Amino acid sequence: MKMITALVRPSKVDAVKSALVALEIIGMTVSDARGFGRQKGQVERYRGNEFTVDFLPKSKVIVVVTDDKVKPAIEAIAQAARTGEIGDGKIFITPVEETIRIRTGESGEIAL
Amino acid sequence: MPPTFLSSGPPSVETTFDRFRLKVLAGVQDAQLRRYALVLLAAGAGLLPLMAGSAHAALQKVPTDGADTLLMLMGSAMVLLMTPGLAFFYGGFTRAKNVLNTMMMSFFLMGLIGVLWVVIGYSLSFGVGFKSPFIGGLEFMWLNGVGGPLGDAPLADGFSISATSFALFQGMFAIITPALISGALVERINFKAWFWFCLLWSIFIYCPLAHMVWGGGYLGPLGIGAIDFAGGTVVHIASGVAALVSAAIVGPRTGYPESVRPPHNVPYILLGAGLLWFGWFGFNGASYFAAKGAGLSFITTSASASAALLTWCLIEWFRDGKPTAVGAATGAVAGLVGITPAAGFVSVGSSVLIGAVVAAGCYIAVQFSGAGGSGGSAKSVLDESLDAFSVHGVGGTIGALLTGALAVKEMVPADYFPVSAKILEESGNLGLFIVQVKAVLVTYGFVAIGTTIILLMVKATVGLRVTPEDEERGLDFVCHGEEAYDPMTN
Repeated sequence: MKMITALVRPSKVDAVKSALVALEIIGMTVSDARGFGRQKGQVERYRGNEFTVDFLPKSKVIVVVTDDKVKPAIEAIAQAARTGEIGDGKIFITPVEETIRIRTGESGEIAL
Repeated sequence: MPPTFLSSGPPSVETTFDRFRLKVLAGVQDAQLRRYALVLLAAGAGLLPLMAGSAHAALQKVPTDGADTLLMLMGSAMVLLMTPGLAFFYGGFTRAKNVLNTMMMSFFLMGLIGVLWVVIGYSLSFGVGFKSPFIGGLEFMWLNGVGGPLGDAPLADGFSISATSFALFQGMFAIITPALISGALVERINFKAWFWFCLLWSIFIYCPLAHMVWGGGYLGPLGIGAIDFAGGTVVHIASGVAALVSAAIVGPRTGYPESVRPPHNVPYILLGAGLLWFGWFGFNGASYFAAKGAGLSFITTSASASAALLTWCLIEWFRDGKPTAVGAATGAVAGLVGITPAAGFVSVGSSVLIGAVVAAGCYIAVQFSGAGGSGGSAKSVLDESLDAFSVHGVGGTIGALLTGALAVKEMVPADYFPVSAKILEESGNLGLFIVQVKAVLVTYGFVAIGTTIILLMVKATVGLRVTPEDEERGLDFVCHGEEAYDPMTN
């Protein structure tokens, strides 16, 4: 099992979700995040005061998948979230030791 | 001893009196009369006590008029709404962890000053007991005797509004004035200090000033002759100067200016500005004191705000390439502040001019007072956090001066503004302008000194600030035990 953490544009979350569901990857967690990479920040003005806002809004999508689905899932996410402009985001893959379904106590891949 | 203007029981000589009055007014068109009545209203508050004392011959006794009184009651409700409006306006600018405290600094005063006003504030502002040009009296404590036994007696000779509606209307002004000061103190002042400051400031600064300008006192149309239609001096210059002084004494927020953040909720700022604009129709419009003529002060109020909003946005558009929502809201408020002393004394064209000039002036002031943003190059050592002085102080000052320059002679009738009308007659707008300058300077001095003394007293007793740790934690929790936005609530 692997955990896929994708940081994407908030406007692309729905497309990412549809692409993953199409691969029968059911269940994911999405949270609001703020960050910056090469895109860097933006300048905002309020009553003449300038603020450099370094952290821009992103969405963090977390899914845990079986090993055989890692590659198609990454491709699906990347395709759905890509615009070609700086700021499209990143995908991180980490190993997952165990998964437990709280309701039944099942563990392992069956609990995904 | 109730002043004579309160004992307005039906006199037996009414018929004779009425016949006399009709004769006097024979040549005067009704509309014109109304307009005069409205003008007098502004000064009226101040004039009545004097009239009561000296029985000003020019003003005739008129019965209470339903429409005029209703205008005052409607205006009172509208002005009350400005205080929660201001709470939203200021609340949007602060950090999320301080928004409730910021809003409470305004909202709470609807309780504190609301009670203070009926107990003693009105009496100190509009009584005559002390026979002083600087302070009222104690005869109206608990609003005793105001409006006669049924509450429907007219305010004074020459006024067709009930005394009770006037007392309520003025109370709403007393509430919002100290609330305006909070803009300079947010995110660091201790709420207990704020409580005592507002209580003392209202009694020792607001009430004397209201008496001096509107209560027939030193600064008004019976004193040196300055005119202030709806509170440019009493409300906006006073709160603006107090804001500047208290920002200096309380000191900047910890970590200022690097720690300054953008507004946490710009929609709140627009909501607040919208409520303020709506309420300002009552603030300025109803200050005409006569329903038939109030259309004029309603129009000048709105036209000035429109011109100021537009001016502010155009300046931003030209300088920075984009008009901002915060700028539109700030511009509108600046325009409303600027027209306040002038609303019933100037033409509609002048009101547009006032709005544009005040917006430009306040825009420049805000550039100088700003923290400079996260760049950290503070343009000012003062942390005048929400620009209370730059908008209300500067806007009120420009408005008061332009009122002198642009006042129309016919709209400053001698019946209600004897000294002011005389100045206009003899030395024109320049003469009135000089008087306005004097009134502004006196107000600056009085408010600055008084506010300093009060703040030092509060500092020595309950202290002014929360600790830097509490500032870090956020004043919503530290002062009120609440949070505006609980991330775990669903």
